[in-house]
Amino acid sequence: MNDKKYILGGLLIFIVLFAFPFWFNLGKAAPAPKPVLSEKAKAAGKCVMPTEFMRAEHMKLLGIWRRSVVRHAKREFINPEGKQYTMSLQNTCLNCHDNKAQFCDKCHNYASVDVYCWDCHIDKSKGEE
Amino acid sequence: MDSSRRSVLKFFGLTALGLAAKPVFNAFAGEHGKSAMHFEKGAEALKAKQWAMVIDTRKFESPDELEPIIEACNKAHNIPRFENKNHEIKWIWETEYHNAFPQMPNRFLSEEAEQRPYLVLCNHCENPPCCRACPTQATFKRESDGIVIMDFHRCIGCRFCMAACPFGSRSFNFRDPRPFIPELNHDYPTRMKGVVEKCNFCAERLAKGLEPACVEASGGAIVFGDLYDPESEVRKLLRENYTIRRKQSLGTEPCVYYIV
Repeated sequence: MNDKKYILGGLLIFIVLFAFPFWFNLGKAAPAPKPVLSEKAKAAGKCVMPTEFMRAEHMKLLGIWRRSVVRHAKREFINPEGKQYTMSLQNTCLNCHDNKAQFCDKCHNYASVDVYCWDCHIDKSKGEE
Repeated sequence: MDSSRRSVLKFFGLTALGLAAKPVFNAFAGEHGKSAMHFEKGAEALKAKQWAMVIDTRKFESPDELEPIIEACNKAHNIPRFENKNHEIKWIWETEYHNAFPQMPNRFLSEEAEQRPYLVLCNHCENPPCCRACPTQATFKRESDGIVIMDFHRCIGCRFCMAACPFGSRSFNFRDPRPFIPELNHDYPTRMKGVVEKCNFCAERLAKGLEPACVEASGGAIVFGDLYDPESEVRKLLRENYTIRRKQSLGTEPCVYYIV
């Protein structure tokens, strides 16, 4: 029973190899991308809801919009400040954020979020698909 | 457990108090909710209890006259054009008398009426069998205006609705339609592969105060209005003309009427 050093050595090699992806990539994490605001969005200054809310909840808001437009035939959104917007991803959101690749895709790609919005909704900035 | 008369009465008393307090609580909650977001119909949106359509088939003599009407719809809604008939997507299309009205094959029919082209589309039935068949409620009858509409996000492509619809008003996207759209309308979405689609009575145009694209392109041969408003244009035409509907005996109560 004198194999202690082999066992411990083997275990050590195993752990080092097993953790290879962690120590190899240490400190090399890609920085989180910053979405680029288009000129139009900058000029508008404000989105339909506060920036913090939009950053965290935009997908939920889009779901709420969809339900209201399709199911309840209510297409106008009035935000807490009382400002009115037509609820349309294609015609309202993309009207200001006319740089989908720089604004939407950048973060979605980084977070590996595969949205299916664009299977149907048209990215106007690109012109003909 | 102690279930004396006294404790039971106490319990009911407390319950009644709670119920009485609820409206007060709601009022305070409402006060708070005032600052929240809310949704409305556009000021110029057209409103109706049940939208309906009257098509005056006497005004159409040849299929060529229907072409611009169909084209207006196809353009507005990004309808693809497939060579293969099995892949065809149709919202509004032309058919012949015997296909449109198979239950009215009278003998010695007026040749003129029999030869006319007939425009057919989703009937936006008042009792729609497609909505009952849909397992995800992707297609439903909208309470606010009676349109049988689809939420394409929810459609799983099971095609039960296509089997349920007696009018063949629904088409399935066997292929990604986008490369086959002759001229893309950038204000309206396309569909994706694997969903069913059909006429939506131009819900997106009604919201802006516009009549459906086909009505606009028909030059007065198609009239659109509220079926339950006795003063509407539609009701006026129904009063003054003899009209028929497709497969009325099935009891789906179609809302597209034909003057023949």
